[in-house]
Amino acid sequence: MTDVTSDIRPARSQWADVWDQFKTHRGAVMGMGFFVFVCLLVAIGPYLWTLDPNFIDIRAKNQSPSMLHPLGTDQLGRDTFSQVLAGGRVSLLVGVVAMALSLLLGTFIGVLAGYFKRLDGALMRLTDLFLALPLLPLLLVMIMLFRDTLRAAFGPETGIFLLIVFAIGITSWMNTARIVRGDVLALKEQEFVLAAQSIGTPPYRMIMRHIIPNVMSPIMVSATLGIANAIITESALSFLGLGFPSDFPTWGRLLFDSTNFMTLNPERVIWPGLAISLTVLSVNYMGDGLRDALDPRIRGR
Amino acid sequence: MLNYTIRRLLFTIPTLLFISFIIFLLLDLAPNDPTGNLPMTITPDVREKIRESLGLGQPIHIRYFKWCVQFFVNEPLNIVEQYFDITIGQGDRLRVSSWSTRSPVGDLIAERMPQTLWVVGMSYVIGILIAVPIGVYSAYRQYSWFDQTGTFVSMVGFSVPTFFTGVLMIVIFSVYLGWFPSKYDTLHVVTDWESFVFQVRQSIMPVSVLALFNASTISRFMRASMLDNLNQDYVRTARAKGMTERIVVLVHVLRNSLIPVVTVIALGIPQVFGGAIITEQVFSINGLGALLIQGIQGADIPLVQTLTFIFAVLIVFFNLIADILYGILDPRIRYD
Repeated sequence: MTDVTSDIRPARSQWADVWDQFKTHRGAVMGMGFFVFVCLLVAIGPYLWTLDPNFIDIRAKNQSPSMLHPLGTDQLGRDTFSQVLAGGRVSLLVGVVAMALSLLLGTFIGVLAGYFKRLDGALMRLTDLFLALPLLPLLLVMIMLFRDTLRAAFGPETGIFLLIVFAIGITSWMNTARIVRGDVLALKEQEFVLAAQSIGTPPYRMIMRHIIPNVMSPIMVSATLGIANAIITESALSFLGLGFPSDFPTWGRLLFDSTNFMTLNPERVIWPGLAISLTVLSVNYMGDGLRDALDPRIRGR
Repeated sequence: MLNYTIRRLLFTIPTLLFISFIIFLLLDLAPNDPTGNLPMTITPDVREKIRESLGLGQPIHIRYFKWCVQFFVNEPLNIVEQYFDITIGQGDRLRVSSWSTRSPVGDLIAERMPQTLWVVGMSYVIGILIAVPIGVYSAYRQYSWFDQTGTFVSMVGFSVPTFFTGVLMIVIFSVYLGWFPSKYDTLHVVTDWESFVFQVRQSIMPVSVLALFNASTISRFMRASMLDNLNQDYVRTARAKGMTERIVVLVHVLRNSLIPVVTVIALGIPQVFGGAIITEQVFSINGLGALLIQGIQGADIPLVQTLTFIFAVLIVFFNLIADILYGILDPRIRYD
């Protein structure tokens, strides 16, 4: 046989191209590395650093960093390092779940509005109205009003978790919906959609097989921005005293609790704040790199 | 243009009504009892009377209608009366009053407004003044060390939440260095040079925290918008005509790049009010945000309703301003 085919480059998938482009963005790679590191740390850390975050050792209160307590202790002698690890679990979980909820809602509404012309006007007006809502005040109000009921129904921790995730998810889907709608409108004009329609593909399969896979890139960019937004919002709520209860550490809650001891133990505010800031920064860098990598105008240049 | 403005204005009316209804409904359907904070010794029938005296006996649509009348008719009329010192009609109207202080919500808000406006307004103006030159220069020298640093700093300023920068500044400048007071004294009156210096010293930290955040958001937009314009054909034409580089960048490109940035600035103003809630909490400024938190913790529903709705009005109003400004600045987007 001849080896004519040998100088034709092997077929590459779209995602391999995206990954190649992503790798050239130094900040994005570092951001992803750091984010994976933080995720692993809070997932595995508590098994390696076995001090209970709620163990009270009042004789060791307000300590500076030492070998025994690498990040010091709080006013009740609880170890700050294990609290930051435990808090990270909750903060990251809230971020990921709230992001997933907001993406699901945003994609659903965006696809419906873009694909079905009859729903477009109504759904986009709804999106505009949600964009005009004052989000932080409304979040605070929602948490204040439904906190006690949900606590009674699901227990103090699960109740607040569900409430915060739901509140953040329902107030942050609008941008995703708008972007997805725009992309769906453009996709609908393409010929492969016409071809699929001409062989009688029903709308449900059309959306699942042809539309959703093609709007994955803006959804992925929204996902990174959504995690950052959800982590910041949860910390802000906890910081205002309207988040998780104080024996249940999250990064925002730890920061809020430590501000009362700012003159006595000033290092303590640094750790949770640094954790929030670095995580959000790394996620934002990841989003930047992903946006560049998924932009076909930049890719391959 | 007039047609466009009128159409845009008309759309705000249903928007505002809908938002006010959502806020009203949310607070009303919530499983929460306004007499819950009262002593346990109060008997149930007295509790019921208290609830009725707070206006809770009537069905929801009537209460919503009454609240609308109070907010959209009575309060504006009162402001006009107080401002011009005249009496319109009876002069004794039912006002939205707070449950915990029993005073009209309008008065409470008027009392808290100046502190918030001072801090928020200052920080926004300073943020813009920093952001525009940085954005322009970063874009003009793309990928230079200045651009790299600027982009990095704005990424950090945009990612680090204001409650951490605020707390960090307090730790550094109040606890370690002792330069600035950690709490903002709102009772302070500027009378002479010394009290003015004190006012400046206590405003530096809250203003710079918010200014950093605003500047980093705006400078990102400014840079992107400048980059879009720098490669346009009209820039090459201007250079070919022999314009100096200074005029090309600062007159031709800057003016065109400011169009989207102006709308971003207008759209950002209400969000800054929202973000100021957190900054006010950090520095103990008793502005609108502190009033909202206080109302939320005391379950003072009329106060929370009115404040939240005012935030919504701000958002709708600045959206309107942004749209109209865009129409004026860029005639291509008017669709009439």
